[in-house]
Amino acid sequence: MTQHPPSPYWSMAGLSLGARLAVPFLPGTAVFAAAFGTIAAQKGLTLAEAVLMSAVVFAGASQLVAMEVWAEPLTLATVASIAVVTAIVNMRFLLMGASLRPWFGPLPAWQVYPALLTTTDANWLVAIRYRTEGGGDAAVFLGVALTLWVFWVGSTVPGYLLGAVVSDPKRFGLDLVMPAFFAAMMIPLWRGPRRGVGWAVAGAVALAAAHLVPGWWFIVIGALAGALIGGLLDDRD
Amino acid sequence: MTATEGYAPVVAIFAMAGATYLVRVAGFWLMAHVPMTRRVRHTLEALPGAILAATVVPLVARGGASAGLAIAVVVVSMILRRNEFLAVFLGMAAAAAARAAGL
Repeated sequence: MTQHPPSPYWSMAGLSLGARLAVPFLPGTAVFAAAFGTIAAQKGLTLAEAVLMSAVVFAGASQLVAMEVWAEPLTLATVASIAVVTAIVNMRFLLMGASLRPWFGPLPAWQVYPALLTTTDANWLVAIRYRTEGGGDAAVFLGVALTLWVFWVGSTVPGYLLGAVVSDPKRFGLDLVMPAFFAAMMIPLWRGPRRGVGWAVAGAVALAAAHLVPGWWFIVIGALAGALIGGLLDDRD
Repeated sequence: MTATEGYAPVVAIFAMAGATYLVRVAGFWLMAHVPMTRRVRHTLEALPGAILAATVVPLVARGGASAGLAIAVVVVSMILRRNEFLAVFLGMAAAAAARAAGL
């Protein structure tokens, strides 16, 4: 048990590897962005505003949830609640960033923090899997994000213009894209039943929290409980 | 269906972006101020799987039978073929079919 994962570095090869590893996510990303564009149009946003939101926020679930809170006229109180809801839906990024510390930690801060601004479910998932398989190139994380960003922003436009095409995302199972990808990613992360106890705790606590606490806090509460128990049970050096 | 007027939507969008950037950097920043003991490292290593489980389980419970079927299809497909895109596609197709059948 002396194998140490390689030190982090950046390379162009990592950037293009990230772009390739992003390909499986492109169809889902495009359709998800189109669904957001449609809903934004129905909420009365201009095309430019919808595209701006996709470009600078770049976090699908929170953009859709924000559209539910979005109400005309946008008072200061409404804007504040939109920002708070966005932070809560995206709170899992905080945990994802924490989980990247052991890998990205040795890199200079001025390189890591701008890269972290691109954190989404997909590039974190791909990067963690790549790291699990012994990779060290931090540019993979960035390559996935930049590729998805182009499709995310680009697909917002046709969704906005052709609003009726995905008027009912549930009919096509599109509401399940995120949980389906998460469930799929659990398989390569599986490290045997001992580690699985932490997952079971995470799932059970999150399920209870979803019934007791409003909003999206259940992800944070369940994940922290599962990671703490999983960490305690891990008796490796 | 009123067109939004003025700069308020742009302010709201940048407020969303600011909130998102904050949570994107906060976890990494926070862990710089926690000593990296063996216990902390193991907890961080357990975090990815825990995040996934904590997201999937409640969303499936909330989504009912069609969501449960979809996730089961995803997991079986991943075990057999290890192809994320195929697994997610099959899962969404299963959910769409189940819902079309009124499940």
